[in-house]
Amino acid sequence: MKTEITIDSYRDIAPKGTIDLIYNLVNRLKGRSLLHVNSTKLGGGVAEMLLRLVPLFNNLGIQTRWEIIQGTPLFYQTTKSFHNALQGQPQIITDEMFNEYKKVNQKNARNISFDSDVAIIHDPQPAAFIYKKPKKAKWLWRCHIDVSRPNRKVWNFLREYVARYDGAIFSLPSFAQKLAIPQFLVYPSIDPLSDKNKELPRAQINSVLDKYAIPRDKPIILQVSRFDRFKDPLGVIKAYELVKKHNECCLVLAGGGATDDPEGLQVLNEVKEAAGNDKDIFVLDLPPDANLEINAFQRAATIILQKSVKEGFGLTVAEGMWKGKPVIGGAVGGINVQIVYGRTGYTVNSIEGCAYRIRYLLNNPLALNELGENAKEYIRRNFLITRHLCDYLALMIKMLNI
Amino acid sequence: MQEFYFTGCMEIKELLGQKAEDEQRLMELIEEVPSDSIYCHMHSYFLRHPYIAGVYPNDFATWVVVQVRDRVLGEKLAEVSPYGDKGIEDVRIRLIEIIDDHLSQIKVVPGVVHGQPFYFMQSKIIQVQTGVKAGSLSEFCNALRDIDTSAVYNHVFEARIRDRKGRSDFSIWLEEVLGKKDLADKIESIDSYMYSLEGLRAKLLDLCEKEL
Repeated sequence: MKTEITIDSYRDIAPKGTIDLIYNLVNRLKGRSLLHVNSTKLGGGVAEMLLRLVPLFNNLGIQTRWEIIQGTPLFYQTTKSFHNALQGQPQIITDEMFNEYKKVNQKNARNISFDSDVAIIHDPQPAAFIYKKPKKAKWLWRCHIDVSRPNRKVWNFLREYVARYDGAIFSLPSFAQKLAIPQFLVYPSIDPLSDKNKELPRAQINSVLDKYAIPRDKPIILQVSRFDRFKDPLGVIKAYELVKKHNECCLVLAGGGATDDPEGLQVLNEVKEAAGNDKDIFVLDLPPDANLEINAFQRAATIILQKSVKEGFGLTVAEGMWKGKPVIGGAVGGINVQIVYGRTGYTVNSIEGCAYRIRYLLNNPLALNELGENAKEYIRRNFLITRHLCDYLALMIKMLNI
Repeated sequence: MQEFYFTGCMEIKELLGQKAEDEQRLMELIEEVPSDSIYCHMHSYFLRHPYIAGVYPNDFATWVVVQVRDRVLGEKLAEVSPYGDKGIEDVRIRLIEIIDDHLSQIKVVPGVVHGQPFYFMQSKIIQVQTGVKAGSLSEFCNALRDIDTSAVYNHVFEARIRDRKGRSDFSIWLEEVLGKKDLADKIESIDSYMYSLEGLRAKLLDLCEKEL
């Protein structure tokens, strides 16, 4: 039987004093309510985060509901196109699609109670609910994607709604747009009690390594990410080859996304071809629910890479750092705010830079351990769910002016 | 006896929608942005790095060194005291003087080539009662050991600058209530700019425990 996770479950994990600070923030919000709205309860980072946060809000006594917008196939096709267009990809969006977006929002709005002091509306799908905002309520649009260089037609359409909110929340300063409403910065977070991040016994880690025939007697260089060109898995193999000329090690590229994405399959095949017959390279196409395996790989790794050439926030960096490992990451997107150069890991700009830093750390175990310890503490204080909860509570206090 | 009540704080980071991609624009925007933004980039760095001190102790110096890769200006900006005699406006003037002087000595304005722009933010601090209090030096040490680091920030940095007390709340209480002027002076002489919040907590504890 699973024990219920409450805010006190994090008392020994969060920085000291944090849980008491949360209780004191909540005292100021007694009797207040919160509503989250997004487009799915299953799959994706937003749902994963809400699945954790919503019970914690309720457990703390803040009445919190989580509503979902239900769409039609055309609506989902439209919002998928919005998603791509807002991130700068060319898309064809017809008037029929814009109308479907409005129609689905209006229809759903009739069936949802918006009676709540604060509402956080996630991403573009339910953004048009703003027309149902009760007068006294405060509404925030929570944007999880990079809208800094959007397709203008889609952004102009969406801005009509966004501009009516009381504020917007972005995950990185570079993701934001020019808006007349206040724009807040809230970083995403990881949950240290989830399967992907919880402590694992050594025997379980070893059994995962044995299952995939990964050697335990040499350093493991690991990258966990979808087989996607932006994650530069081919660059990772080239960096490993440069390292291998000097140091004994193995490389694990663990990811997914190859089964439901034709381009992912193509990248996976290219990666396998680049790996060739090297017995020390392990290319693993994992199912989406392989959280315990990923956790075990990260805990077994000596150095973790996230050599992306384009990245959103890149929470796999925080996951790796939480395991007490130095992470070498591409100097892009959210990787720059997670890695403090030379203190918790290294950001690099090239294959050679990546290889050099791997070699440096493999040959300097003291530096490797120090960076790993710093990395874990940095995540404890900046990227755990407890900090995320504090940010939302503080924003509620500010918006309600209490 | 008047007890010391520990108050923590939460920082809400607000994006101003202004960014600089070179040092000239950085200077222009330092001139324009609200003082809360200068304060945020000079001080709240500590709240974001409570455990590990970064490359330099303010966002401007760090950006110039890490993103623009101009060590000369970075070193000069790192040396700017965050406590201006007349408050944060003094700090703004000093930053502008340094960048202006630096730019007047070079022919090309350094900017980001491979790096990230500087995004201006401002912070709003929400103070949070912790319910923890101390009536003696020994109780003070016990509380300080376990309190959230945001309380250290609030009673040292916020008290000195935003609340315009010029001294930390800790020193004021230790001197005025416990009569420990020497200890208060020692606390005031700590160069708090050189520590992470955890480092500062350890230093404060070290000084206080020696007095027990």
